[in-house]
Amino acid sequence: MDKFVCVNGLVVPLDRANVDTDAIIPKQFLKSIKRAGFGPNLFDEWRYLDHGEPGMDNSRRPLNPDFVLNQTRYDGAQILLARENFGCGSSREHAPWALDDYGFRAIIAPSFADIFCNNCFKNGLLPIVLDTASVDDLFQAVTATPGYHLQIDLVQQSIIAPNGVVYNFEVDAFRRNCLLNGLDDIGLTLQHVKEIKEYETRRKSEAPWLFA
Amino acid sequence: MRYKTKASMGTQTLYDKLWNSHVVHEEPDGTTLIYIDRHLVHEVTSPQAFEGLRLAGRKPWRITSMLAVADHNVPTTDRTQGIADPISRLQVETLDSNCDELGITEFRMADVRQGIVHVIGPEQGATLPGMTVVCGDSHTSTHGAFAALAFGIGTSEVEHVMATQCLLMKKARVMQVLVEGTLGKGVTAKDLVLAVIGKIGTAGGTGYAIEFAGSAIRGLSMEGRMTVCNMAIEAGARAGMIAVDDTTIRYLKGRPFVPQGELWDKAVDYWHTLHSDENAQFDKVVKLDAGEIKPQVTWGTSPEMVVAIDGNVPDPARESDPVKRSSMDLSLNYMGLRPNTPIIEIQIDKVFIGSCTNARIEDLRAAAEVVRGKHIAVNVKLAMAVPGSGLVKQQAEREGLDKIFVEAGFEWREPGCSMCLAMNADKLEPGERCASTSNRNFEGRQGPGGRTHLVSPEMAAAAAIAGHFVDVRSF
Repeated sequence: MDKFVCVNGLVVPLDRANVDTDAIIPKQFLKSIKRAGFGPNLFDEWRYLDHGEPGMDNSRRPLNPDFVLNQTRYDGAQILLARENFGCGSSREHAPWALDDYGFRAIIAPSFADIFCNNCFKNGLLPIVLDTASVDDLFQAVTATPGYHLQIDLVQQSIIAPNGVVYNFEVDAFRRNCLLNGLDDIGLTLQHVKEIKEYETRRKSEAPWLFA
Repeated sequence: MRYKTKASMGTQTLYDKLWNSHVVHEEPDGTTLIYIDRHLVHEVTSPQAFEGLRLAGRKPWRITSMLAVADHNVPTTDRTQGIADPISRLQVETLDSNCDELGITEFRMADVRQGIVHVIGPEQGATLPGMTVVCGDSHTSTHGAFAALAFGIGTSEVEHVMATQCLLMKKARVMQVLVEGTLGKGVTAKDLVLAVIGKIGTAGGTGYAIEFAGSAIRGLSMEGRMTVCNMAIEAGARAGMIAVDDTTIRYLKGRPFVPQGELWDKAVDYWHTLHSDENAQFDKVVKLDAGEIKPQVTWGTSPEMVVAIDGNVPDPARESDPVKRSSMDLSLNYMGLRPNTPIIEIQIDKVFIGSCTNARIEDLRAAAEVVRGKHIAVNVKLAMAVPGSGLVKQQAEREGLDKIFVEAGFEWREPGCSMCLAMNADKLEPGERCASTSNRNFEGRQGPGGRTHLVSPEMAAAAAIAGHFVDVRSF
């Protein structure tokens, strides 16, 4: 997994609540058996005017000029500013894969759906929860200011705005440590092999039917 | 955050009991290694996990915990020619070959036990009370109906469970949704859970596990309980659950994966302890009166956008919160609906009876009863009944339900996820409006540009006959 320490990135605002994972990456792209290559189909139904299917040359498809990611001022954005309950719905990890593949490193919102939030951390993508008032401020600022960048520092757990305002955020200490060091969860868990085996032995005697 | 003082006071919630019995290791910050008893696997969210395992030179920890089935991509029409779409076919074949290579039990497409993963787990008795159950699928919450701790996971976690039989988690908060009273005639488990989502919102359960309790929940069959827990995720809760009672035990007895003989007796004794203790403390309690719940219909593009059948499409002008108002505007625009339209005046084009929410035998019986001796309206272009599994289909055919559906103008299909998410060939065309028994009305969910209204099987059946939404209580 990629490390996440500090990102100074262009911000793009996606001003709608309850953005679901079907919208982030539509189901037809879930047929892939690979982890990579989902970026061109991120927000496919909003981003293009035609209907997308796997295998299409996305560079030749008609873009929806009204969709925010298609506005040139947001080219190369690394930080997605969103509304509440971002990533609700399906557990598809293809959603963070698509966001990551597009180039996003962090998402700022008042709240995230639980499974999506978990999936982000597994892919080096930082979901940041800020209170609604701060998110409102950022929406205003990014809309009013072309080239609006934020500096996200995971060590300090802070976001620094161009006007010098600092927004502090909370992040689970374990997840933070994994991101800062690019740690692999499976490797960490396998340090507890002995305890897993002991648990199994104990549980087998208590509830043998679970091991049939 | 939950406080340890609660558990040490001696009373535990059902969630506490399930959690505590699966702790392998706990860090001082509360990050816990939780043991997983049952790992259900389907074709969409597993290939990258199998590949990750292979690349790291790892083997699955305990293959007997795994049960695999292809459900999302499978055709619901004639299967003798296999899957027409080459990309779908490759995904299903990838699951087949991964299961073959590693020796994992899989119900293949031609197997009568094949079906939607959340239908076949309980049907086989592969989901048992007291288990932790995971699947790379958010509707894994369904299995909580059996007093299991069941929740959806992403593909990285699928790989993690394969490699270690564990997951790294923090304890959730617990919400009790207490539904007392009796559901009225024509009002179902689906209406109950839609009413809950309407009340607490799609993010109302974020960070929580929900325990559904109360006399109305106890009065539900296991099928009804599964419908309720299935949609806990639509309220934002990863896990929904219901205590064990005699209804649970009766459902389980004799199923293929269920313990037999002495082990059964021992298991039943244990299962009877799987309920929240009297006076157990919940982090939040939400109460509903079952008698006040009416048949529900969603009008928007989020399951919380729901009203009773005798209501109207809401008017964004009356919403004070600007973010909500803009969501409502976007939804109404997408749905092609005008504010204040009576729900019963909304005409439909297609009807879908199926999905992990409502494709069990009881759902099909209820819908068949509504359409018996009638015919779908002329404006209904397609009405489909898609059983949740091969065994559900077989049972329905034994009861003659297939004939009732076909005589009413429905298509009777092979089991699978079908038009719940339209990964196979079953989908809405742009602008088509569907009365659907599935669980998500998101934009494009049933096909690009498709418009979904979530309802119960009875309400979908009645809409098919009438050609528009209608109150099944007076139908």
